[in-house]
Amino acid sequence: NIPIISAIVYLPAVGAFLMALFVPGRKINLIRNTALGIALADFALSLVLLMKFEPGYADFQFMERADWIPGLGIQYLMGVDGISLLLVLLTTMLGALAILSSFSAITDRVKEYMVSLLLLQTGMLGVFFALDIVLFYVFWEVMLIPMALLIGIWGGPKRVYAAVKFFLYTLIGSLFMLIGFLLIYFSFHSATGIYTFDLTRLLGADFPANIQVWAFWALFLGFAIKVPLFPFHTWLPDAHVEAPTAGSVILAGVLLKVGTYGFIRFSIPLLPEASLKAVVPIAVISVVGIIYGALVAWVQQDVKKLVAYSSVSHMGFIMLGLFAFTIQGMQGSVLQMINHGLSTGALFLLVGVLYERRHTRMMSDFGGLADRLPMFAAVFGIVAFSSIGLPGLNGFIGEFLILLGVFNAGMYLFGALAAIGIILSAVYMLHMFKNVMFGEIVHEENKTLKDFNLREILTMAPIVLLIFWIGIYPKPFLRIIEPSVSKIVVRMDIARGEMELNKAAAVDSVPTATLAAVLQTDKETGD
Amino acid sequence: MLSILLPDFRVIAPEIILTVTAFTIILWELVTRTKDHTVSAVIGTAGAIAALAVAVKTSSLVISTFSGTLILDPYASFFKVMFLFGLILTIAVSLRFMKEGGTEYHAEYYALLILATVGMMVMAIGRELITIFLGLELLSMSLYILAGFFRQDKRSNEASVKYFILGSFATGIMLFGMSYIYGVAGSTHFKTIASTLAGNPDAVTSNALRLGMLMVLVGFGFKISVVPFHQWTPDVYEGAPTPITAFMSVGPKAAGLAALIRILMEALPQLMGSWEMLIAILAVLTMTVGNLAALAQKSVKRMLAYSSIAHVGYILIGIVASVNGQFDRAISSVLFYLFAYTFMNIGAFGILIFMRREGVQGETLEDFTGLSRRSPAAALAMLIFLFSLAGIPPTAGFAAKLSIFYAAVQGGYYTLVVIAVLNSAVAAYYYLRVIIVMYMQEPEVETAFTGTSPLLWAGIALAMAGTIVLGVLPGGLLEAARLSVMSLL
Repeated sequence: NIPIISAIVYLPAVGAFLMALFVPGRKINLIRNTALGIALADFALSLVLLMKFEPGYADFQFMERADWIPGLGIQYLMGVDGISLLLVLLTTMLGALAILSSFSAITDRVKEYMVSLLLLQTGMLGVFFALDIVLFYVFWEVMLIPMALLIGIWGGPKRVYAAVKFFLYTLIGSLFMLIGFLLIYFSFHSATGIYTFDLTRLLGADFPANIQVWAFWALFLGFAIKVPLFPFHTWLPDAHVEAPTAGSVILAGVLLKVGTYGFIRFSIPLLPEASLKAVVPIAVISVVGIIYGALVAWVQQDVKKLVAYSSVSHMGFIMLGLFAFTIQGMQGSVLQMINHGLSTGALFLLVGVLYERRHTRMMSDFGGLADRLPMFAAVFGIVAFSSIGLPGLNGFIGEFLILLGVFNAGMYLFGALAAIGIILSAVYMLHMFKNVMFGEIVHEENKTLKDFNLREILTMAPIVLLIFWIGIYPKPFLRIIEPSVSKIVVRMDIARGEMELNKAAAVDSVPTATLAAVLQTDKETGD
Repeated sequence: MLSILLPDFRVIAPEIILTVTAFTIILWELVTRTKDHTVSAVIGTAGAIAALAVAVKTSSLVISTFSGTLILDPYASFFKVMFLFGLILTIAVSLRFMKEGGTEYHAEYYALLILATVGMMVMAIGRELITIFLGLELLSMSLYILAGFFRQDKRSNEASVKYFILGSFATGIMLFGMSYIYGVAGSTHFKTIASTLAGNPDAVTSNALRLGMLMVLVGFGFKISVVPFHQWTPDVYEGAPTPITAFMSVGPKAAGLAALIRILMEALPQLMGSWEMLIAILAVLTMTVGNLAALAQKSVKRMLAYSSIAHVGYILIGIVASVNGQFDRAISSVLFYLFAYTFMNIGAFGILIFMRREGVQGETLEDFTGLSRRSPAAALAMLIFLFSLAGIPPTAGFAAKLSIFYAAVQGGYYTLVVIAVLNSAVAAYYYLRVIIVMYMQEPEVETAFTGTSPLLWAGIALAMAGTIVLGVLPGGLLEAARLSVMSLL
């Protein structure tokens, strides 16, 4: 009975530690290959987990439990379900690809760089597997440090500003999130007399309405900053633009997802009534984010910044689907988390390829590249269309399901506005694609650019493969997600039913009395 | 017969060991006229380790002796162990620094350091006002001298004089307050005070008692650097030799809090309603002023001084939480915080000591530029200590903050927690600034570090071990703290 989850989580950290101790800093190629090997081993382990996973069950599997701080009810508790499994696979895959993409991009302090990337992997994987709230919080914070270092040391010109902004913004959110969790913990204790941070036990409880509301908005602050939801998104453009390519890939591909994961794992199941009450405000800011993000992306000259704002736009879509609380909406949302990780991760990889060749990211510095770099153009096209949501590619499945779910929930206005967001995403994406790829080659430097080398092909291939696979045959992916999501939807339906019952009960008493009085009067007058 | 006449020396066994060690150091130097700092340091360390062993061995005992003026209980033992760790760490980081600092008085240095620790331990075992005062004076006198130990250095002299004058003033106020409490309650023994007040409701509401308590709070507030009695802290911390700053930033705070908690809980429990609000306000002031002032500092040493003020603010929240929340959780979170703080703060100052170069103190932000390239190990150690001070997992600092927040939320002090959270975010910025300078900027200066030594690194390693172990496995110490506190009830 090997603890496979702990193995997946700690392999990168242990590997990084050993590498730091035993591989000298000057043997750069050895460091690169070692790091890649560790990441690939981790990916392989996660595939093993996938193969052993039973898709039909909604409950957590492969649970690992050990006492940690028994006095406070804190345990070392890990587990996986359909939602987290796909996110874990995304993390391990993108992690390996990010390391691979850094081979030629990072030449200074390579050892520290690889160690940071690997530690970041451990943090993110821990977040997805943790089922004890304090354990979740610890891994959540552990992600901060390597990411801040990655941005601040190996990033662009404004890297220090971006790293500090990222760090402090996220930290404040996490601290409020901690207060929210403590509120839930103590509320559970006053109801049951038990002190526990065990999510599986807390899920069984019904928290009083006012606690739910306070806790929901406290947690909201922590998660919304990560997603990022408008107006808490302002750290993202700086962080994404200034981070090194691999940093942006991980940031957009995985880090943003821990925010939405937080909502679907904690906020919604633990605080259903508060979540229902929050639908309208969250839907509003999601839609604002979709449209605002798209419009700002449209005017960007820097390609990386354009992709960063497109992230804001797409994450708004995911949040909207999540808070529709219908099976299609939530399923589409989880799938879209994976899709966004793939397509936006790929976009950042492609931008990185361009940057490595020309050391600029301005659209005006390119133009007509399709002629010289046909493979690059093809891949770029596929990824761009995936981001837009062209049928046949992965983005369409996610977006379609989300829209279906939103309409099924009766949120017609939000659905319509979100659909406009899809059109806008086509506008800015194709606008960018045209400016970079088509037209005449104006700049001399562009005429001698080389197409993909083997390493770059290897980096992009798995993503392109998945883009087509999910787009054409999404069933295996949806099958994994479905049970856990259904469970949450059922919970929300029950909560909604209860809320309506309460409302009806409160409303019933008055009209009946008045009606009787009216009928009485009517009898007397004979009317 | 003899057992009635003789006090139970087990209560003060570690103190006796330490006192003997201190005098051995002085006598050895007197007799052999040795100029070798190492000898004194070695004798001191040996004594400290012996005392630590005894303190741990006797930690589960509960003995009252010297006519009830001293008590050994798990609470006191917890603090004794903490103080001894602080002493050992301080000696470890002192040796090379004091040698390089050009002072020839090594025996006096280590002897005074040890006697200061004795004073702290007396404050923890005291169950009677004058005894606590004695311990406090022993601690303070030793520190006044130690702060001014570099006699040729203007800053050191200034530190000593400021500390002495302001400290004496504060001690005087405290003593005056104690006299008022004595006047109202008729005794200086805590238990007697409490029982007298319990039987006499008029005395409890009397202004004399309130005034006495207030003045005692002021006196202790000075010692533990509570705002607005903190004005001496930045100047004294900056001017004193860095190992002494390290010692001062953890030891006297813990000792002052140990005594203060005992006074508040054992002697004046009836006044809980009065001091709850007062300490809450002091906590908010202390956190906020400490953090905001730290933001403005260019000297890392001064920044750490202000940060230590801010940390006292978080600790005071734990004391407030004991009123409405769960008593053992709240006070044990204070104990845990102080213990964890000992490791991370002395560790951070240890790196500061490491930074000393030829003719340069190595204390400003600029000196840290590019440290990650010049000395990756030092930079990594500083990173861990700074993140622990900021409260980022998986460090001891996070576990400490979590337990304080836990106790506060449990007691329903939501406003305090929100203020503490906002303060933590502010604090993260000035800790981050040092990390930025170390990792994200290129070094300009290339001169070698002269302040380093194997013993220094041993001390830093011990501090790092404590910081990480207490962060990953805090359960044991938290439980020990909680059990210690039970003996207070």
